[in-house]
Amino acid sequence: MRIAVLSGKGGTGKTFVSVNLAAVAQDVAYIDCDAEEPNGHLFFRPESVKDTTVYTMLPAFDAAKCDGCRKCLEFCRFNALAFVQGKPRVFPEVCHACGGCALVCPQNAVTEEKRAVGTVKQGVSGGIPVITSMLNPGEVSAVPVIKAALHATDASAVIDSPPGSGCSVTEAVSGADYCLLVAEPTAFGLHNLRMVHELVTLLNKPLGIIVNKADGVYPPLEKFCADHHAPVLAHILYSQKLAQISAEGKLAVQHNPQLRQLFESLWETVIAEAAS
Amino acid sequence: MMIAIPLDETKKNVCVSFGRAPYYLFHNTETNTSDIIENPAARAAGGAGIQAAQFVADHSADTVITVRCGQNASDVLLASGIAVYQSAQTSAADNLKLLAEGKLEKLSHFHPGFHGKA
Repeated sequence: MRIAVLSGKGGTGKTFVSVNLAAVAQDVAYIDCDAEEPNGHLFFRPESVKDTTVYTMLPAFDAAKCDGCRKCLEFCRFNALAFVQGKPRVFPEVCHACGGCALVCPQNAVTEEKRAVGTVKQGVSGGIPVITSMLNPGEVSAVPVIKAALHATDASAVIDSPPGSGCSVTEAVSGADYCLLVAEPTAFGLHNLRMVHELVTLLNKPLGIIVNKADGVYPPLEKFCADHHAPVLAHILYSQKLAQISAEGKLAVQHNPQLRQLFESLWETVIAEAAS
Repeated sequence: MMIAIPLDETKKNVCVSFGRAPYYLFHNTETNTSDIIENPAARAAGGAGIQAAQFVADHSADTVITVRCGQNASDVLLASGIAVYQSAQTSAADNLKLLAEGKLEKLSHFHPGFHGKA
């Protein structure tokens, strides 16, 4: 069972929901897929952490074999190749490592070389496997690192997704059985919820909404959820105390019995919804 | 000399985008003839700058006049021995005139690109 937690913008409370949910759930791993700024480990402080380098493939061209037919350039949908001074040249940050150029080359002039793009860190915190994806600075695509983090374990997991609704988010939630959409009760929050809701609906995933930092009811958000038959599973009230506990790197469910209850019942609901 | 200039929808004015300009003007100074050709990179999913630079190089251009140009595109242009000048006028024709008078400056700043992080 894999539960993905996502939201359209950063700072909504994905990591807050993910780490606290994983902390109350039994026998699940926490996988941080926010590879550009993973911070779930700050709450778990995992021990005996092992690093695994993540590589992606990059084409290399044998100038002696290349006859300049340009079939590789025509094939590349990402325009990661150019043909200059009589030979092909690759732009590493544009290449998606599909391997197509090597497949279509009639001269077998293309081989693939490994290129490190990030790290997957695996540790344990109080019995919870904590897996963190980390993209190397300057890399454009987090997808290979996220993929590696998701494959690091077969265990049930809470997946802390990156913000937004782009390629990295799609990768993070692609294998999820259920999606938890975190939203703030504001016009901006609703705008972002619409985007992730569209993505998750497109991927045919069952979903539920969590309204975080709820300092009041925002009717348009409630209406959107009702109109789209998206169940609102919890309203987490805005509290400066909760914010402070989180800012100190503590798991709020371990310091606030009410919140613990909320997350326990949320987990039960999610498991039941995901199984149905 | 073959000069390439990215054009906007008017087919007269220089387009602010190098990679995604809808058209390109190719002006041959020896025959004094011009061709306007659709830019195959205009709607590319990604790598538009690289593809547009390739398109320009494949049309035997040795000079480009543009408002701006990204790092990847400039890598292709410079490696292909193409000189890149900074556009100083709205219309392509006025820029051609300025270039002929030696009044255009080489583009000195290449931006990192606007690659959408979609």
